[in-house]
Amino acid sequence: MTQLQNTYARPRPQLAFTRVCALTEIPDQLGVCALVGGQQVAVFRLGAQVYALGNRDPFTGANVISRGLTGSYGERLKVVSPLLKHGFDLETGLSLDKPEVALPTYPVRLEGGDVWIGLPD
Amino acid sequence: MPPIPPIALPADPTCPPRRVVVIGNGMVGHRFVESLTPSAFAVTVISEEPRLAYDRVHLSAHFDEPRPDLALATEAGYAALGVKVVYGRAEHVDREAKTVTVRGQTETTLEYDALVFASGSSPFVPPVPGKNAPGCFVYRTLEDLEAIRAGALKSRVGVVIGGGLLGLEAAGALRKLGLETHVVEFAAQLMPAQLDEGGGAVLRGIIEELGIGVHTAKATSEITVEGGQVTGLAFSDGTHLAADLVVFSAGIRPRDDLARACGLATGERGGIVIDDGCATSDPAVYAVGECALHAGRIYGLVAPGYQMARVLAARLSGEDSSFTGADLSTKLKLLGVEVASFGDAKGATPGSRALSLTDNVRGTYKKLTLSEDGTTVLGGLLVGDSSAYGDLLDLTLSQTVLTVPPETLIVPLLPGVAAAPANALICSCEGVRASTLIDAVQGGVCDVAGLKKCTLAGTGCGGCVPQLHDLLGAELLRLGKAVDRSLCEHFVHSRQELFDLIRVHGHQTWNAVLAAHGTGQGCEVCKPAVGSILASLYNEYILKPAHAPLQDTNDAYLANIQKNGTYSVMPRVAGGEITPGKLIVLGEVARKYDLYCKITGGQRIDLLGARLEQLPAIWRELVEAGFESGHAYGKSLRTVKSCVGDTWCRYGVQDSTSLAIQLELRYRGLRSPHKLKGGVSGCTRECAETRGKDFGVIATEQGWNLYVSGNGGVTPKHAVLLAEGLDTATLIKYLDRFLMYYVRTAGRLERTSTWLEKLPGGLDYLRGVIIDDALGLCTELEAAMQRHIGTYQDEWATTLADPDKLARFRSFVNADTPDPDIVFVEEREQRRPAYEHELPLLAMAGTD
Ligand code: SRM
Ligand SMILES: Cc1cc2nc3c(=O)[nH]c(=O)nc-3n(C[C@H](O)[C@H](O)[C@H](O)COP(=O)(O)OP(=O)(O)OC[C@H]3O[C@@H](n4cnc5c(N)ncnc54)[C@H](O)[C@@H]3O)c2cc1C
Ligand code: SF4
Ligand code: FES
Repeated sequence: MTQLQNTYARPRPQLAFTRVCALTEIPDQLGVCALVGGQQVAVFRLGAQVYALGNRDPFTGANVISRGLTGSYGERLKVVSPLLKHGFDLETGLSLDKPEVALPTYPVRLEGGDVWIGLPD
Repeated sequence: MPPIPPIALPADPTCPPRRVVVIGNGMVGHRFVESLTPSAFAVTVISEEPRLAYDRVHLSAHFDEPRPDLALATEAGYAALGVKVVYGRAEHVDREAKTVTVRGQTETTLEYDALVFASGSSPFVPPVPGKNAPGCFVYRTLEDLEAIRAGALKSRVGVVIGGGLLGLEAAGALRKLGLETHVVEFAAQLMPAQLDEGGGAVLRGIIEELGIGVHTAKATSEITVEGGQVTGLAFSDGTHLAADLVVFSAGIRPRDDLARACGLATGERGGIVIDDGCATSDPAVYAVGECALHAGRIYGLVAPGYQMARVLAARLSGEDSSFTGADLSTKLKLLGVEVASFGDAKGATPGSRALSLTDNVRGTYKKLTLSEDGTTVLGGLLVGDSSAYGDLLDLTLSQTVLTVPPETLIVPLLPGVAAAPANALICSCEGVRASTLIDAVQGGVCDVAGLKKCTLAGTGCGGCVPQLHDLLGAELLRLGKAVDRSLCEHFVHSRQELFDLIRVHGHQTWNAVLAAHGTGQGCEVCKPAVGSILASLYNEYILKPAHAPLQDTNDAYLANIQKNGTYSVMPRVAGGEITPGKLIVLGEVARKYDLYCKITGGQRIDLLGARLEQLPAIWRELVEAGFESGHAYGKSLRTVKSCVGDTWCRYGVQDSTSLAIQLELRYRGLRSPHKLKGGVSGCTRECAETRGKDFGVIATEQGWNLYVSGNGGVTPKHAVLLAEGLDTATLIKYLDRFLMYYVRTAGRLERTSTWLEKLPGGLDYLRGVIIDDALGLCTELEAAMQRHIGTYQDEWATTLADPDKLARFRSFVNADTPDPDIVFVEEREQRRPAYEHELPLLAMAGTD
């Protein structure tokens, strides 16, 4: 498994933001999947906070992360893949089961009630 | 044998560490490396397998899903200990020069001060013609298992040659891979090394019941091959067994070839001769594990190997330690069947007497070998139920003079009568007794992980782990410490406690429950558990905004997720009865959406491969044709299986089909701690297999017999008789009460059988509650069921009527395209998800 670098941890490249939906289209504590520049991005909302991660479950290869349950572990937030229940940190994308595995994460911008996701230009 | 004096280590701390080279990184080699104090030695490990040590004992778990990680050692771990690893096969030992030559990608020569053989053993393949044909395998390494997995994809029938311990384990694996499975044994019975004739016969019965063919007293004379592929086995008696995959499991041979080649003493029938200090005939060379021959014996089990590893590590560190032989007692679970043998199992002691109990009802065999005067247990055998193993082994090893009649040791315990283990041996792999564990708990250990760490119990074969849990719970309770029954980190309550809290406080939502009783944001364990409790209590639509985020994977989309992210569609077919018109609708819908069709094990039809965004359209057509949700996705009532009953069947005495339909419609949608299944048979021939269900009804001339708490799955349990000769109204009354009582009091994911097993007082108590209303709960339970029935709604119909809900059924929030990564291929005229290895091929062929 290749280590996926977390976008947030790297010096930011130039980002192009795409509007994906209205915040109200994501029910609280749930996720949706957005197509951004051909990539599948799982977008979750917890209260007023929005998180964006890769939608592909690295353990099964299926594009299902957006359909996972959200929750917390200790002080941190997580999402759990619906297929084999692997957990990932909602902010860093890091796997809670296998340290060398991570979901990519994407920057999120909230503007005028809309959700925008950034991808490197 | 007198203890051998320990090797005196040079006391000078400035002298260079001694160079230890270990040949083989199996379970024992690894345990040896771990037991050494690394700083005192420069350790190099030679590993022929392409990976470091893994748990060979649990090798078969490699076929489980999800596939567990069996690794015992990691490169990083070895690096941290300063242990060097050389991959390749040790091919030459020069004992004069004290060097080993390893052939890997390059050739390496290593110098040693101490050389340790931990080369294990290899499977014995009898010299029959055809043994090397494609389709023939052995069962020893992860690579072997991968090869078998690949072979099984192209095969239908698999045969294991060898009906011993490993052969039966291999048979279980073939069955898991979906093959029709046979076991062929040369001796007249299964497991001839461990069991006697009686035990072998009972084991055979159980294994055959699992659908595995058993062929004993058969000598294989040839593996028949046609067109370069195995076609079966020819036996010396002229018979033939067709097969396209063969696994040899006819015993093991110690890997002593290299030791032999360099002139070390080896046994006549193999094995590197060692003394009590694990030294070979060359004092600088040692052997441990399955390759070693100690006092004329080779140990094919991991525990004696571990003992040798510890002895040798202690010796090399200058401590006094000896290996003086090991107890061969074993307790195993093979294909879900418990088998144990201990001490003088077969009555070899002159003058010994045998006492045995064959129970063909329960499918158990228990035998004790007793001393001539009948006062001490010398050994024994247990097949089908090994719960008494720990106590009996203890009596055997301690040679305790019995104070009770010996037969009482093997009759099944009456519920409530606890055995009185003085200081039972709990973990036989690591030799840990109850007292050691109890001391650990008193010393502050409060979980099983802690017990494993500080006593090593449970770290060998793992067979004692359930006992560790029980002992821990009992001891914590005795100490007045809280037994941790928390649901998860967010709730300190058990499911039962939470159910009562929610009911008593009248909480209606997750937020209310979390605020009142929990912490944090919840998780995949407590959210669905609370969702299920709320649904059991109030039966509201589960996708209401307040409830939707709680629903587990399948409930969230009212369909079962499949491995590629698509879903299955399984409408209710109550009692398995369906009109031709409805069958045609199912067929037409399946054809229109190109869904894979399969008759399920629950008498209905599964349509698989629907993409998320197709579910509403598919269900609209089905609902319009009169179908409703089958709740295949929920922890709730699944199906009530029926037989044709007295309507058609010449033996039937009541209308089982009508009752099954009535019950399925009555309890449909009932959310419960685990799934619920029922069945109704029209007579005692039991064609609806109701005794394998959570509730089963069998018709008799006198009325309905009600059975409860059965299930299938890997640990099948027969349902037990709750009441007999009931009329339909009474039957339904009892069932309402039973189901509601279960829903209220069971633990999370506890099926009715485990729930009943743990219910204090057992079946009699349950009868008291359900039939005699001993708790005065019955009116309330019946009212709760009435409320459930009154508030039932078809979840799919409700969903289709709500555009907000339908918005969730899309692959993308911002595009109306399907997920492009879902790829199907055709097989037997239907489509199925592409396997990973098929994907690149498809991409090359340009298929979408
Ligand atoms: C479709 C079906 C197999 C088939 O092709 O026939 C099936 C498929 C699944 N079974 Fe089953 N079981 C199916 C009949 C059975 C039966 C036979 C029966 O019901 O008569 C059994 C044994 C009887 C029993 O349950 O006691 C059975 C014992 C299990 C078990 C083990 C339960 C246990 O207590 O040990 C599981 C695992 C679990 O539930 O935790 C399971 C779990 C599953 C799951 C839900 C696994 C999952 O989470 O993905 C499968 C998903 C179904 C799907 O995606 O549509 N399935 N499963 C059968 C659906 C029956 C139906 O019409 O609803
Ligand atoms: C399917 C299965 C189930 C089992 N179940 C049980 C059980 O329930 N209970 C139990 O007690 N035991 C069980 N066993 C037996 C147990 O696994 C063995 O007793 C144990 O693994 C022995 O450890 P070992 O280190 O001596 O040998 P191994 O684990 O065989 O390791 C030897 C290693 O040395 C390597 N090697 C050999 N020669 C060389 C060389 N010249 N150069 C380099 N490397 C070499 C081999 O490749 C191998 O990796 C089971 C075994 C199998 C296969
Ligand atoms: S259970 Fe009895 S009534 Fe039902 S089909 Fe079988 S034999 Fe006939
Ligand atoms: S009995 Fe094998 S680990 Fe305890």
